[in-house]
Amino acid sequence: MGEQGIHIIAAIVEHKPGVLYRVSNMFRRRNFNIESISVGPIEPGNLARMTITVNGDEKTIEQVIKQMAKLIDVIKVSRLDPANTVTREMALIKVHSANTRTRSDIINYANIFRARVIDVSQESLMMEVTGDSEKIDAFIDLMKPFGVKELSRTGITALSRGMKSVRIE
Amino acid sequence: MAIMTGAEALIEALKRQKVDVIFGIIGGATLPIYDVLLDSGIRHILVRHEQCAAHAADGYARALGRPGICMATSGPGATNLVTGIANAYMDSSPVIALTGQVNRFSANTAYMVGRDAFQEADIIGITTPITKFNYQVTSASEIPRIVKEAFYIATSGRPGPVLIDLPKDLQVEKAEMEFSEQVQIGGYRPVTDPHPLQVKRAASLLLDAERPVVLAGGGVILSNASSELLTLIELLMAPVATTLMGKGCIPENHPLALGCIGMHGSHAANRLILDADVLFAVGTRFSDRSTGTLNTFCPDAKIIHVDIDAAEIGKNVDIDLPIVADAKKALKAIHTVITNRATGKETKWANKVKEVKEYCKDEVESAGEELKPPLLMKELRKLIPEDTIATTEVGQNQMWASLYFKVYKPRTFISSGGLGTMGFGFPAAIGAKVACPDKFVVDIAGDGSFIMTGQDLATTVAEDIPVTVIVLNNSTLGMVAQWQRLFYGRRYISVNLAGIPDFAKWADAFGARGVRVSSISEFRKSVKEAVKADVTTVIDVPISPEEDVFPMVPAGKSLKEMIDG
Repeated sequence: MGEQGIHIIAAIVEHKPGVLYRVSNMFRRRNFNIESISVGPIEPGNLARMTITVNGDEKTIEQVIKQMAKLIDVIKVSRLDPANTVTREMALIKVHSANTRTRSDIINYANIFRARVIDVSQESLMMEVTGDSEKIDAFIDLMKPFGVKELSRTGITALSRGMKSVRIE
Repeated sequence: MAIMTGAEALIEALKRQKVDVIFGIIGGATLPIYDVLLDSGIRHILVRHEQCAAHAADGYARALGRPGICMATSGPGATNLVTGIANAYMDSSPVIALTGQVNRFSANTAYMVGRDAFQEADIIGITTPITKFNYQVTSASEIPRIVKEAFYIATSGRPGPVLIDLPKDLQVEKAEMEFSEQVQIGGYRPVTDPHPLQVKRAASLLLDAERPVVLAGGGVILSNASSELLTLIELLMAPVATTLMGKGCIPENHPLALGCIGMHGSHAANRLILDADVLFAVGTRFSDRSTGTLNTFCPDAKIIHVDIDAAEIGKNVDIDLPIVADAKKALKAIHTVITNRATGKETKWANKVKEVKEYCKDEVESAGEELKPPLLMKELRKLIPEDTIATTEVGQNQMWASLYFKVYKPRTFISSGGLGTMGFGFPAAIGAKVACPDKFVVDIAGDGSFIMTGQDLATTVAEDIPVTVIVLNNSTLGMVAQWQRLFYGRRYISVNLAGIPDFAKWADAFGARGVRVSSISEFRKSVKEAVKADVTTVIDVPISPEEDVFPMVPAGKSLKEMIDG
């Protein structure tokens, strides 16, 4: 076993029922681990882009790419170079805010992290935070003492910097 | 363009693919298809269990090199195909599986996909990991395109099974049907031409090799590359070991043929492959049963790997020189480069190969009239035509066949290599006989395997498909018993098949011919009769339950750690 690490894979796939199943099922069957996966439609409308982060060594990632490429619904698959890739994740986080003091503390932290408050009730605040995964981890850690009621993360999405791109010509 | 029902379009599309036979069992969800099949001129062979339909289609495909078709109804019919589909997937066999499905849309009834309708099974979900691709039809007008694509995917690149799931309402839905000759699949463009630079590099490595060995797998047979392989090895004077799936890709009586490598490989193959300084592997996926432990597999060799499936390169064994290409094209290209430079003369290595082969020659001692499996295999070979198609079951029978039954032509040895499916050999023999009605077809079987699919004796009688079954009968699950004997201190459990029927009488009961032999001379006589018979013959051959298959490389050991009992 080589050195383990997180790798980011971008794939252009057919945008139709069952494709996510084929991809995730292949990962399960081949004993690869998905750390996160995000999918959304792209142009032209019959296509979708998947961003998958995988934990594994070099040899494993090579196999993942080859096995992905072999899937008939996968039109193109590439590995993104971490040094030249912008990665982002978004999280929605709902926190207890029992009184005005904790509420202003939370809002202060949110401002530092450029998180936006998007819902307020008597006893809770909901915020939206975007950034790389480490930033989101850090924000969640800060919120824990207040009491995190609910949390939803999108998983990583990523694009290469500059002119380099994963697309269908 | 024509207005047709989904079922009519399906049969028309199959005819355009030159399908002339389908193995299957009818059921509620395929009634509209069968109704059209009745007047289609396509032969339907009614098997007695859907597993046999899939194996027969597989046997047909392997014998002929054209896709085999099986069909089953929804639910249990479809799930009964699953073992056969998985088997075809592991051995890269182009099988097209057609399944009925409950309605896709239905008014005022819950007989509909997703409602847990009667005989509904999620066959797409179930077969996704064991098919090259699968389709559920969502509108009748898609059927011509889907069939065209399915055949293209099944037969191109690395072949494999494709399943088409056909909801019943779409079988009767009418639509404008367009039968295009074009196939366009964005995510599927198999590479078949070798990279010229890699070819040059491979040629240099082979020319500079002192001890080259070729490892030929099932891919050589799938790409019909036997004659290209033979030309190349004779030029290089390189010996050829095969995998079980590659058995028969070159004649096993050729001076450079070493036999199979692996757990029950020949002495010559397992020894010489480890001595190689250049290993030229073609169309093989380095399965665990072939390589033994990986860190001791050809540690000193530079490995060239030709495979049409890029994902096989480096999956199990680290490769020095990969060539992603069709085996036939790659072999031809390499041959073109070396043809003026290789001598084809005897080398020191070729002499060593000759010596080792002579030393390892499997002398099968005749023990009078005793029914010893290695001798039975050798006798069988002498008594049947050279182009006989032999299928095997799985277990000791298969390994005795691999070791002692020599094969001279590609596509004449059909065995379940990857999945190791007991019960495969008999229905595969049925498929092979349908594909090649003029050839003698024999299933080398064990009692444990034969009883798993033997009910299809009925099919061979009713459909007039005469095959011969040789049951090496030890009333035991022999290979498992061998492992219990060798590795579990003779603590036998669940291997005694007491209650196995009298196979000769069983065959008679189906209207086939059954014989039980008790000596080598009776065996000879029965085989000779079977070759001439025009009805299925079952030859029941009692052998000792204590008989082991040797040589053997125990699981998790190196190929050099062969034991001989």
